[in-house]
Amino acid sequence: MPLTRERCIKMKDALLTIENLSVSFQMGKRTTKAVENVSLFLQKGETLGLVGESGSGKTVTAMSILRLLPGSAVYPSGAIFFNGENCLTLGDDEIRKIRGNRISVIFQQPMTSLNPLHRIGKQVKEILFLHQDISGSEADNKALSWLERVGLKNPASKLSSFPHQLSGGERQRVMIAMALINEPDILIADEPTTALDVTVQAQILELIQDLQKELGMAILFITHDLGIVKRIADRVAVMKEGEIVETNVPNVIFNSPTHPYTRHLINSEPKGKPDPVDDKDETLIEVSHLKVFFPIQKGILRRTVDHVRAVNDISFTLKRGHTLGIVGESGSGKTTAGFAILKLNKSTGKILLGENSLNDMDNTQIRDLRKRMQIIFQDPFGSLNPRMSVAEIIGEGLSIHNPGITQKEEEEKIITVMDKVGLDPATRDRYPNEFSGGQHQRIAIARALILKPEFMVLDEPTSSLDRSVQFQVLELLKSLQKEFHLTYIFISHDLKVVRSLCHDIIVMKDGVIVETGSSEKIFSHPEQGYTRQLIATAFH
Amino acid sequence: MKKIHEEQWNRFKANKRAYYSLYVFGFLFFITLFSELIANEKPLLIYYDGGFYCPFIKEYAETSFGGEFETPADYADPYVMELINAKGWIMTPIIPFSYDTINYNLEGPAPSPPSRTNWLGTDDRGRDVMARLLYGFRISVLFGLTLTLFSSAIGITAGAVQGYYGGTVDILGQRFIEIWSSLPTLFLLIILSSVVQPNFWWLLGITLLFGWMSLVGVVRAEFLRGRNFEYVMAAKALGLSDFRIIFRHVLPNAMVASITFMPFILGGSITTLTSLDFLGFGLPVGSPSLGELLAQGKANMQAPWLGISSFILLSVMFSLLVFIGEGVRDAFDPRKVY
Repeated sequence: MPLTRERCIKMKDALLTIENLSVSFQMGKRTTKAVENVSLFLQKGETLGLVGESGSGKTVTAMSILRLLPGSAVYPSGAIFFNGENCLTLGDDEIRKIRGNRISVIFQQPMTSLNPLHRIGKQVKEILFLHQDISGSEADNKALSWLERVGLKNPASKLSSFPHQLSGGERQRVMIAMALINEPDILIADEPTTALDVTVQAQILELIQDLQKELGMAILFITHDLGIVKRIADRVAVMKEGEIVETNVPNVIFNSPTHPYTRHLINSEPKGKPDPVDDKDETLIEVSHLKVFFPIQKGILRRTVDHVRAVNDISFTLKRGHTLGIVGESGSGKTTAGFAILKLNKSTGKILLGENSLNDMDNTQIRDLRKRMQIIFQDPFGSLNPRMSVAEIIGEGLSIHNPGITQKEEEEKIITVMDKVGLDPATRDRYPNEFSGGQHQRIAIARALILKPEFMVLDEPTSSLDRSVQFQVLELLKSLQKEFHLTYIFISHDLKVVRSLCHDIIVMKDGVIVETGSSEKIFSHPEQGYTRQLIATAFH
Repeated sequence: MKKIHEEQWNRFKANKRAYYSLYVFGFLFFITLFSELIANEKPLLIYYDGGFYCPFIKEYAETSFGGEFETPADYADPYVMELINAKGWIMTPIIPFSYDTINYNLEGPAPSPPSRTNWLGTDDRGRDVMARLLYGFRISVLFGLTLTLFSSAIGITAGAVQGYYGGTVDILGQRFIEIWSSLPTLFLLIILSSVVQPNFWWLLGITLLFGWMSLVGVVRAEFLRGRNFEYVMAAKALGLSDFRIIFRHVLPNAMVASITFMPFILGGSITTLTSLDFLGFGLPVGSPSLGELLAQGKANMQAPWLGISSFILLSVMFSLLVFIGEGVRDAFDPRKVY
């Protein structure tokens, strides 16, 4: 073995050293390589950004440090030195002393990282009792002061709250308090802001940075978001398919990347402008006073006492061939509005598609109209029935709207549309689980496109995809729009994507429209404070 | 066969106990389907005077074999046997008794203990226990299978409709099921069977009336979950009819849970029939029934072969069904890897 403890200590100031680490997963007789020959080091007080797309092995690398991987993980080679000890060969008791004490972790999902059955105070104090010899009242004080330190309002009342009573951002703050309460040397932050709204994301990042300055700890920051890395990392390591392809300071990485993959990643940031359109185009969709209320029922008689006003009185018009972006944070009612326009949920108000008033039609009439309006969902895999082959999925709507179509015609149409969306028609008899995320979304697009719709609602079609795949899907949507003169409603929380695709924009908050206008105007001269805040956090 | 079904079948096969149980159960059921060929008072084939006769299918008069009476031939009568053997030969089944044949040539009073003629002895009316077990097994399994089929069909439909449409339909359906399932089934059966003479189909109908609820809960839950799947929404957006969405997109999810339950429902159905027979409210008097044999065993403690043989058959049958059920459950559980 070429690596020795001496060599590790020679590495100046290195707090943590990963040497030639390889990780594989053993499933029965099959071995899957997840990480190969990764070498990293982390110095005291610095922030190392570990960047890569999903499946690149960044989380596996980080979780190996504390040996938090499932039992099927094996380590064919490598060592991880912390404090001169190899974490991979330490006993279970010894590694447990490091976990949560010297090295802490914050996970991606604030919703599920806290135990829903225990009060916040109990969960925070548990970590103190595990690693410190501390009395009950001292622990109380310390927990309280840390909740205050991570910026929670009313920390005293939060101690006795349950996790479900806190918002996503508040829960992530609690997780940070739990991770840092023992003042660790290293914090591993695994996509800590991905599941949060953009405005909350910015606050959490600031908090982590402030606490880093106070405590002087090192941070291993794992993310797929290049914007975040640019902002907070001292050094950046780019991972691809289990290997590190490039490590450098952000300045060099972003301005003169050496590895083609890094260049590819940076270039796939959504940019550019939507194709210009004519203002004289006819109006295709007209929505006025659209409301979607969900009743709140109480008592044994289930009387309706109030409503959740998911969409509260919105109106807009959309011209043929244009793209309208509906922007907002989670819970703003943007998806509900999109569904209501397609009559996928109950609403009041007027929805005009051409000359058809959708809210005055019965189910059979709507069903006939469905070939004119289609939807692409957020979760590309979830929107495909896993029990049907790709050809069955794409062709399903066809036979409904064209009764009497022959099998041969259907086959031909499926092949044409698969070509159009960039799928290999030879794969049409396979099942969805044999395709990647981007391909799933292409299948979903093909399924909608084969009906020759005029109008499509795109409900966050790219937000669960990696940046580079996102880029391709957006390009595809743009080119299809041009070719078939399609009209889009694009629902998203990602302002960068919205800017590159939408002609007009609606900003929604709590079910109402905050601001509306052309894309140019909104991005250059936002009028409302909320819009300004959204833009500022997206384009920091 | 689709890939996923192939994997499930392979997983089932990997569970040796379940796989062999299925084989043994299938073998037993297959054998008993041909009970008439195995246990019958009438010979299978007779060669007499240059011609072939099939008494177990067709009835022949004694005169066709040179006898004196116009009445149907009694093949247990040594005189008739002699007549036939004189001009040909006779092929009798392995067990020369049907389920309702009374053996009048017993050495002692019925129930008589196991002997060379009656392998498992006779019951209190002199009928061969082995023959009754064979026919009893067949009728129990057939009853169970039919009941399972019908009750699953009704249960799945009810659960699907409730779960898919939700709201008022769901609430009304749930309340109805709660009330319906709290009716005292046994008393109703007792009352009904005093009004009509229950036969196989009557019993099936009555037990079905109160037994179709077992799958409603699971299927309803699967549909409540499944109707919000994005691919179900996508199907709706494509303009598919409710009927097609239910069958094509949601039902396959519910089928896994349903199929997992089925061997257990089959076992339950057989138990229902057996216990009704045991209490005397089941199949008409004289039918080959395992429950009735159990009751006889209880009434005739001096003849342990009655109780023991019916007990062994029932316990083997239920064990096999439980093993198969376990195997099916594990085969459909994607987390389980052998």
